[in-house]
Amino acid sequence: MAPEFAPPPASAPAAPDLKMTLESPLVLQSGVTLSRVTLAYQTYGTLNAARTNCVLVCHALTGNQYLAGVHPATGKRGWWDDLVGPGKVIDTDRFFVVCANVLGGCMGSTGPKEIDPGAGKPWGLRFPVITIRDMVQAQAKLLDYLGVEKLFCVTGGSMGAMQVLEWASRYPTRVFAAVPIAGSYRHSAQNIAFHEVGRQAIMADPDWSHGNYLEVDKIPKRGLAVARMAAHITYLSEAALHRKFGRRLQDRETLTYGFDADFQVESYLRHQGYTFVDRFDANSYLYITRAMDYFDLAQENGGVLANAFKGTPVRYCLISFSSDWLFPTEESRAIVRALNAVAANVSFVEVESDKGHDAFLLDEPEFHQTLQGFIDGSAEICGLPPRLAKGPRA
Amino acid sequence: MSPAAAGPETAAGAAPRIRVDLQQVADLVPAGSRVLDVGCGDGTLLAYLTRFKRVDGRGLELSMARVRAAVTHGLPVIQGNLETDLKDYPSGAFDFVVLSQTLQATHNPRAVMEELLRIGRRAIVSFPNFGHWRVRLSVMFGGRMPVTPMLSDPWFETPNIHLCTVLDFIDLCRLMGVRIEAGFALDATGQRRGFAATGKRANLFCEQALFVLTRP
Repeated sequence: MAPEFAPPPASAPAAPDLKMTLESPLVLQSGVTLSRVTLAYQTYGTLNAARTNCVLVCHALTGNQYLAGVHPATGKRGWWDDLVGPGKVIDTDRFFVVCANVLGGCMGSTGPKEIDPGAGKPWGLRFPVITIRDMVQAQAKLLDYLGVEKLFCVTGGSMGAMQVLEWASRYPTRVFAAVPIAGSYRHSAQNIAFHEVGRQAIMADPDWSHGNYLEVDKIPKRGLAVARMAAHITYLSEAALHRKFGRRLQDRETLTYGFDADFQVESYLRHQGYTFVDRFDANSYLYITRAMDYFDLAQENGGVLANAFKGTPVRYCLISFSSDWLFPTEESRAIVRALNAVAANVSFVEVESDKGHDAFLLDEPEFHQTLQGFIDGSAEICGLPPRLAKGPRA
Repeated sequence: MSPAAAGPETAAGAAPRIRVDLQQVADLVPAGSRVLDVGCGDGTLLAYLTRFKRVDGRGLELSMARVRAAVTHGLPVIQGNLETDLKDYPSGAFDFVVLSQTLQATHNPRAVMEELLRIGRRAIVSFPNFGHWRVRLSVMFGGRMPVTPMLSDPWFETPNIHLCTVLDFIDLCRLMGVRIEAGFALDATGQRRGFAATGKRANLFCEQALFVLTRP
């Protein structure tokens, strides 16, 4: 497999920014060919001699490859640090954990903010529209590069769950266990609608400059912030918002009879919006939301979802959250039905939580115990060593 | 309904101890079979079959709390309703489909039986016998709905809506053209009595019955 890959360029920064560049072009689902695709990725733990202990984690829409531990540059905890680390549910003492920034992303992988080598300037809107399948195809090449033929487990939440399903459907012999969390086999009309609101907010910002903002040294901060604010509401639940903020006022005793952030919930959303623009690229947001909108595993299989899993040898565990209205339990249940129709090995749990879609990122003991049970059971069947008795959750 | 199941047996190598009635079911399943346990509870039987009989087992359970317990023990169990979700499984997908102490709580027992025998090459079905002498005496002399070791809930709380006697069950099998491969008369704890469930004494003297069924 070596000849297909270029060695990491000499100018690549030292860890933690690992990168891999494909030497041969990637043929996208749209038919467009993309050359010199780079993926930025992180690994945790050690690949065993038999190369059987690799766990691939697929990140969500605005996620990144920094899963665990503390990022040396930003000082931030990894987005799944509750779950990934030594002795944790995804135990880096036992597993070799890989997470790559998705194709089209803005954390070092090839995407609209990177330089188009053909034009010598950022891709902007000339970047081809990419799909979940394209993201997964690129990840498969990364695993070739890392010498991993078969994954012990592939998991992820939300858009990560879409990638997990794509992985299991497209590369069934390369996956032992698949755990799609808070996801769906296709993006619903409501979810496409929310994404469209976000995209329109970005494109309505004059600073977006028809997608060329990097060339004119601007950033569509207001549009991207509004997109994030709208999306953030969909990640929570009414109960969670009410518990957190109620109708409480922000740093004031009475209403101001104006349009300041009188309410705490307004102040919170504004904060979410404005901190987001510092870490995310507006065009990446357009491209990645589009990839999610286009995802429909049933339609790609003749309108019958079960066809996506015919004869699948993969062990599945689906997990949903009771208050998630963005990817409701019914979506996971539809996948379970399709898997039953092909007599697949499947577990399915709905976790009770009032924290909405975001619950998959939070410390939800019931969720963690379920995932732990499935991973340990699968590891035993796969012949991987058991979890040591000590550790935070033993 | 049946008493709460004990936790799944997890200690590797330890002498297995599961509920007697589940042990009766387990003893009927050859090693290496494909098994669907319908109404599997927290997965006690599945755990036993997986570990000690190398069975490729799946479970379906209505209670989400029990599903979580089973999945937490590494068992492939999904939450679902047997009366609506069995239709999703392909025909002949399993060697055995197990329905333990649940048939009498379904809305349409005949339709459920049809599904069990469509999905599995064999079905293993157990149920409390409403023809047992204690039940008969309770109604005849007490004048009230029976509360017995097998039927421990009062009438207003019982999930059992389609109770039957052993003879009723045999009649249903005949009506459906189902072949009874074996029938075991069991006492309230699940121990085998000294006679067959298909014999004359069973309908009066066994507290529960266990049948192995197939389509001829």
